[in-house]
Order: sequence, then structure tokens, then C-alpha cells
Amino acid sequence: MTSTGATERVRPRISFYEDRRGILSWILTLDHKRIGLLYLIFVIAFFFTGVILGFFMRLEMLAPGGTIMAPQTYNALFTLHGIIMIFLVVIPAIVTVFGNFFLPIQIGARDVAFPRINLLSWWLFVVGAGIVALSVFTGEGPPDTGWTFYAPYSLRTTVNVPMAVFGVFILGMSSILTGVNLVTTTHRLRAPGLTWKRLPLFVWAIYATSWVQILATPVIGITMVLIFLERFFGVGVFDPTKGGDPILYQHMFWIYSHPATYIMILPAMGIISDVVPVFARKKIFGYTAIALSGMAIAAVGSLVWGHHMFVSGQSDFADLLFSLLTFLVAVPSAIKVFNWVATLHKGSVVIEPPLLFCLAFIFLFSIGGLTGLIQGALAPNVHLHDTYWIPGHFHYIIFGGMGFGLFAAFHYWFPKMFGRMYNRKMAIRAWAIMLVGFNIFYFSMLLLGWEGMPRRYYDYLPQFRSLHLTATFGSWILIAGLMLMFGNLFHGLFKGEKAEDNPWNGVTLEWQIPSPPPTENFEQIPVIQHGPYDFKELEKK
Amino acid sequence: MSETKGFVFEEIKDYTGAKLGMWLFILSEILLFGGMFILYSAYRYKTPADFHHASKELDVILGTLNTIILLTSSLSVAACISAIQKGQRKLSMYLLMVTMALGLLFLVNKGFEWGTKIEHGIYPNSPALLVRTRGEILFFGLYYVMTGLHGLHVLVGVCVLFVMLIFIVKEKINRMHFTPLENSGLYWHLVDIIWIFLYPLFYLIT
Repeated sequence: MTSTGATERVRPRISFYEDRRGILSWILTLDHKRIGLLYLIFVIAFFFTGVILGFFMRLEMLAPGGTIMAPQTYNALFTLHGIIMIFLVVIPAIVTVFGNFFLPIQIGARDVAFPRINLLSWWLFVVGAGIVALSVFTGEGPPDTGWTFYAPYSLRTTVNVPMAVFGVFILGMSSILTGVNLVTTTHRLRAPGLTWKRLPLFVWAIYATSWVQILATPVIGITMVLIFLERFFGVGVFDPTKGGDPILYQHMFWIYSHPATYIMILPAMGIISDVVPVFARKKIFGYTAIALSGMAIAAVGSLVWGHHMFVSGQSDFADLLFSLLTFLVAVPSAIKVFNWVATLHKGSVVIEPPLLFCLAFIFLFSIGGLTGLIQGALAPNVHLHDTYWIPGHFHYIIFGGMGFGLFAAFHYWFPKMFGRMYNRKMAIRAWAIMLVGFNIFYFSMLLLGWEGMPRRYYDYLPQFRSLHLTATFGSWILIAGLMLMFGNLFHGLFKGEKAEDNPWNGVTLEWQIPSPPPTENFEQIPVIQHGPYDFKELEKK
Repeated sequence: MSETKGFVFEEIKDYTGAKLGMWLFILSEILLFGGMFILYSAYRYKTPADFHHASKELDVILGTLNTIILLTSSLSVAACISAIQKGQRKLSMYLLMVTMALGLLFLVNKGFEWGTKIEHGIYPNSPALLVRTRGEILFFGLYYVMTGLHGLHVLVGVCVLFVMLIFIVKEKINRMHFTPLENSGLYWHLVDIIWIFLYPLFYLIT
């Protein structure tokens, strides 16, 4: 490119949207930002599918006995709700959408380390998701095993389990390749001067998550392959009639699926760590502690899977060990919560939608974390196991934590991704409605579980009626808030006012480039001279 | 990536990054097999006598032969990389072809081994197998799954090496630019090393 005079220079640089046109320029793109948006479309579509399934489940539980569907339909609904929400929304959402879009920008790179493999990951995701979707409509009906595919039932049921587990296997390959890509990117493509201690905490969080993706996902991969082989060849490794051990299946499943809950929550924690200092106008409290506690969660969190199996008949020694480790993993999580609160302390707090979603995260995640400790202790676990308490707890973590973290990211990075601003007042209203609906809904579930309502049951005793009614009522408020929030964002996407390059006065690199970013991100690779939350730098400008 | 309006990307070739990515991928492959090794250990611990009896039925000679074949192929792929680094293109092509031939020979041997077992009626869910003890059913189940999965990796490896051969012919891989070949070599060594664990577990420990 040759520079020719001043007229050339004032011309705004072309954003990555306008760079090339046509559907092929999207589905065959190597641009990390476009790939991030491709994931976003799918994640939102599957999120709404999951919400609709959840809505009908709650509607069924409005009154005792059959309300709107047959028991087998209910079994399929909670299975599909789980598979879709876990494997197609919660696990990929933040890493693939925001990790892809913002990690390279935040480290001052033009793209990820392996752009072609990045595109391959997306295609594998699409194929895997397609196979899972196909399993619903083909064979002898949709899977009814719950998202956990526990043996021996998953080996016996006649419905279309093999296809669903094959889809999950393909999704796992996509997840591993994304992890490999992002770890390599973080190691190799940091801008000059961007030391590990100057990395934005979002990058740290994605980095820790990617390691879990690389190390844990293969285990569920092989487990799903074994279910597949059991169904077609009757190998027998999990089949008790052939000497196999179903408990071993549970171990194999949770060796991945418990670390997977940290694949879900760690990136959200990274978002909170990035957003809170910007709106407290203050350097983050305890940078190193937050960065290292993320790595500690990734490491210790990989060793706690047995707490899903306290009543399975595993040894008492295993029970004690897993319970102890479960309590240990709460420590780094608590460190993060205290650090966020300490960052707000004596800050010049600006109340904007992204911050409100962060505050909701801290509140809901704390409830989720503390309820997790209650069920992580051995004696209460016997009482709470397989009751509504468990879904109550993990919805506080996954939806209240990861979900609200995701919504914080939507509202924080929306102006950067799309170059437009949503209606902030409407966003705050949606936030308030969701927060109220969320707590009515899921706190009722905690109470139901405490009183002994078993999870995944189609019917219930009369004494649970009022709490079930409250929960269903809460689900309606929550969905109303969700619709308002997404409606507001969609409206902002097309009709919103043009956003400035740095509407929130952030210091990280993505705020120093145009909104939306140009394809190459940076005209020149920046040289980093200060930390990611050094707001004094901004005042100097 | 090539030109975009008003901007030209410089193609960056980060060899260290490419190798790092390959090592991470290999790590995930090891954990994939790691899951199988956990199953093997757990069931062997539960039913040591059955595993002992079942393991005696495998053909140690054929297993040893296959071990020698794979180890030799690891040597030839390493020599192939050295050859290309020294600019000996022809030699590296021959060595690569030797590696692929050895990989295929391994699969043929494995096929004969499986074939003999299947002829004797021993395969997953077979009537002859189901009347045996629990541990023996599990041993042969794991035998077929683990060696099968490994065989699949050998097959993928041969395909990858074939692509590398084409790259060498087209001079896309040469003295200066050989990282893809090195990474393929790493993958081949991984396949070899997994076999080095499978071999004693199934054939030698009785």
C-alpha cells in the first residue's frame, strides 16, 4: 500500500464486514472475527431452542399429573434441553464467539495462530450440531437418557442415542481444535511488550479454559465412541451382563464433564474481570491472584469429578477425597469474587448495563457456589442427590454465572463488534426483569429439592404444587426479560445510533481500534507499555 | 490470506507455533488413549486371572513382528526428515515410501491377527465369547477396541504421510520449509509409542 496525501488518510478504514461480500466470503472466511460471528448465530439459535424446550418442561410441571404432554415426550425434552444447552450453547458460547473475536485483538495480533484450523473447528461444530439435530428426527425417536447418557440405560433404550453421542464426539473434536488454536495464539502471537503479567484477564481465562478443552475433551470423546461401539457391536465394557462396569462409565463421563463446567464458567469470570475495572474506573484488585486462581481452578477442577457419584457406590475413601478437593476448588473461586468486590470498593463506579450484568453474575454465582458446597459435603449430598436442588444449583452457576457473564459480554462488546449502540435504558429494564424472574424460578427449584422433589420426574406429589407453580411463573418472567433483552440488542443492531470507538473508556487494545474493527485489526502491531487496566494512561490522552 | 481492499497481509510462517500446536494435539491424543488405558487398568485389577488366561491366546510372535515393523518405520520417518533437512530430496522420498509401506504391512499383519481370532469365533458379542468368564469378555472387548482405534490412527498416519509425499514431489516441502513433515513425523512417533504400550499390555503381561 502506498500512502498518497492527506485525503487518503482521513478516509475511514473499511470494517471487516465491508471487506468482502457474499455468503462464501463468510462460510469460508479465515478472519477470526467473522468466524466468531458465525458461531454467534448458531449459539443464539440453539439458545432459543433450549429456552423453548425449557419453557415447555416448566409448563408441563405447572400442575401434577400429565398437563400438556406424554411422559416419554418429557424425557426427550429434558434430554434435549441438556444436550443443546450444554454442548451447543454453554461450552462453545464465550470461547468460540468472544474468544475468537477478541482474544487476538486483545493480544495485538491480526488473527489466531491457525486460521484454517479455526474455520475447520467451525465446520466440525456445524456438522456435530447437525448430527445432534438429526438424532431428534430419525431412528426410533429422540434420546431420553438425560444429557449424561448413563450406562446401562443408554445401551438398552431403543431411541436414537448412537447418533446423538456421535454428534457429541464431533463437537468434542471442534472444541479440542479451538483449544489448541487459542493456547498457541496466546503463546506465540502476543504483541511486543505484552508480557504474561500485562495480559488482559479475559485472555488469561480463555487460556486456562483452552487447556481444559485440550486435556479433558478427549476423555468424553473416547467415552462417546465406546457408547457407540456398545450399541453397534456389543463390546461390553460398560454392560454389566458382559462383565462391564456402569460405574466406570460414570467416572469416564465426569472426568470430562466436571472440568467442562469450568470450561463454561472460567471464560465468564474472565469477562467479569475485564468489565468491572472499566466501570469502577480503577485498576483491578489482585491481578496476579485472579490470573493464577483461574489456572488453579482449571487444575484442581479436573480432579473433583467423583463428587457427582457420592451415592453411586464408589469407595468411602474416594468419597472423602473428592469431597475435600471440591471444598478446595471453592477457594480460588472465592478469591475471584472477593477481588471483584474489592475492585469496586472506592472506585468511581459508573452504572451501565455491562456492569449491572456483572453484579448480577457476582450475586448469582455466589449463591450457586455456596449451594455447591452444601451438596459437596457428604452427608447433605445423600439427601440432596438427584433432587431439584441439583438443577437449581447448576442453573445458578451456569445460567446465573455463565449466562449473565455472556450477557455482560454482549452489552460490553456490542458497540465494538457492530459499531452501533443499543438502548441502554431498555437493557437495564431487561436486566431487572431477568434478575427477578431468575430468582423466583431457580430459588423455587432449590426449595423443591430441599423438600425432596426428585429431578427429571414427570409427576409430583400435591405438597410440591405451590413451589412448582411459583417456579413456572418465574420462568415466564425470565423469558419475558430475555425477549426484551434480545429484542433490544437486535433493534440496536439495525437501528441503534453509531457507537464511538471507545464508548466505555476501556484501556485494553480492542478499544484503541475502530468500531467495527478493520479486517487486519491493527494498521501496525502495537507495542505495549502498560498493563490492561491502567486508566491513568487514558487520562493522559 | 491474500489482499484485502487497501491492505496486504504479510504471510507469517511461525514454525515454533506450528510445532507447539502439534504437541498440544498429541497431548489430547494421549488422553484419548488414556481413557482406554484407565479402563484396561481397572478391569485388569478386578479380574487378573481372566486377563492372564485371555492374554495367553494372543499370538506373541505376530505382535512382536508388528512391534519391530513399527519401530523400524519410526526410524525411517526420522531419517526422512534428516534427509530433507540436508537437501537430499530423492532419499527422503524413498524413506517416506518405506515408512508408508511398513505402516501398511503393520495393518495387513493386524488384519491377519484379527481374522484368525474371528475365525475362532472370538469377536465382540460372539456366542463363543459370551460363554466365557467376565474378564475374558472384557479383555477381548478392549483388545478389539484399543488395537482397532490404534489401527485407525496408523491408517490416518499413512494418509498424512502420503500427502507429505505429494508435497515433497511438488517441492512445497523442501530444505528450508519442512515443518509439516516434521509434524507428521511427530504424529507417526505418537502412533508408534501408543503401540509400544499396547504391545506389553496385551501380549507380554500374562
